[in-house]
Amino acid sequence: MSVTPATASQTIGPYWALIEHKEMADLTRFGAAGERVVLTGRVTDGDGAPVTDAAIELWQSDPPASEHFPGWGRCGTNAQGRYSFTTLRPGPVPGPGNRLQAPHFAISILARGILATLCTRAYLAGERLNEDDPVLALVEDPARRATLIAHESGAGTWELDIRLQGADETVFFAI
Amino acid sequence: MNSNAAAIDTRPFRAPASGTQPDNDTPGYGSTHRRHPMQAAIAIPHTITETSGPRFSPTQYPPVADLSVVDGHAAMGERIIVRGRITDEDGRPVPHTMIEIWQANAAGRYQHPSDQHDAPLDPHFRGEGRVFTDEGGCYEFVTIKPGAYPWRNHPNAWRPNHIHFSYFGPAFATRLITQMYFPGDPLLALDPVFDAVADAAARDRLIAAFDIGVTRPEWALGYRFDVVLRGRAATPMGH
Repeated sequence: MSVTPATASQTIGPYWALIEHKEMADLTRFGAAGERVVLTGRVTDGDGAPVTDAAIELWQSDPPASEHFPGWGRCGTNAQGRYSFTTLRPGPVPGPGNRLQAPHFAISILARGILATLCTRAYLAGERLNEDDPVLALVEDPARRATLIAHESGAGTWELDIRLQGADETVFFAI
Repeated sequence: MNSNAAAIDTRPFRAPASGTQPDNDTPGYGSTHRRHPMQAAIAIPHTITETSGPRFSPTQYPPVADLSVVDGHAAMGERIIVRGRITDEDGRPVPHTMIEIWQANAAGRYQHPSDQHDAPLDPHFRGEGRVFTDEGGCYEFVTIKPGAYPWRNHPNAWRPNHIHFSYFGPAFATRLITQMYFPGDPLLALDPVFDAVADAAARDRLIAAFDIGVTRPEWALGYRFDVVLRGRAATPMGH
């Protein structure tokens, strides 16, 4: 059978807020049960300026999605470039070669000036499995690996800034 | 631990074909200058995180398949029907997937506070829609043909008429944000967003086809916009 390559991506542009529904940033809104966490951070550009018109999307394969827990959310960045999700704390999931992956969130950044979605991950500092995580292990430079680790700034609140460009640029993944 | 793991199709997806996806480092599009990463993206194996994805139900995400009427009043402009089919790269339909739609009004203005283009807003046009594909991967909605608008990317820069689309498909890896253009638009050749796709055939697939079969007599012209989402690679990788 012949293969037709996937349709080309285009930028989400500056007006995607027409499809923004702020409740989508709360993944617990359908009555999810479990340990609630907040994942928040600022998105900045190559000048260190806040990116105030981005859509940040979150996907987690654990806990498994259900009618009470979508596993997916979207949050627009505010005037300070900040996003904030309320969700459930993820657990470990299977990885390549029967290895476990450390708990993580998959994060997408979509914005004006981004033609093809930028994908990264957020891991949780202090998780023992981080040491052996097969995806983190692909990032050889420890300083770069650190851009993927969220830190707990208050009870249940985890911070991870996303830097699109520059010396301390976030690690992005080709998936 | 995800107890559903065994039930999820964890086969990886194909890598993008060369030239068919835009490069984020596209100097002709000014907003990319400070927003594109300088470091190369690191390729990772497709794990359960990439091969599974959200499912949306019309109950929790209600469809809005007619953008051309708000509160019982018809929007200004040329009413059109857009119909299409979503398949994967092997031609298999993608059923029951959510599609989000947004666009400018007929005058080329978005219902958005940061759009200050000197063109009228239409109280009967919001410009947001949401539909789901059927069992065969088909979708359809009614809207108003969006107008072109200036965007200051370069002197005398105008975006071609376009409708924004968001697709999900079966997995995190199949997520797609794109724009649908209209056939014969003279602005396409001048548009750095459209032209950021190097492969001419891939670019052309972003242009809807006028389809007399979709047209409804005495009511609205019809366009067809078929979309392809990534398909599964033949052989597993990273396992």
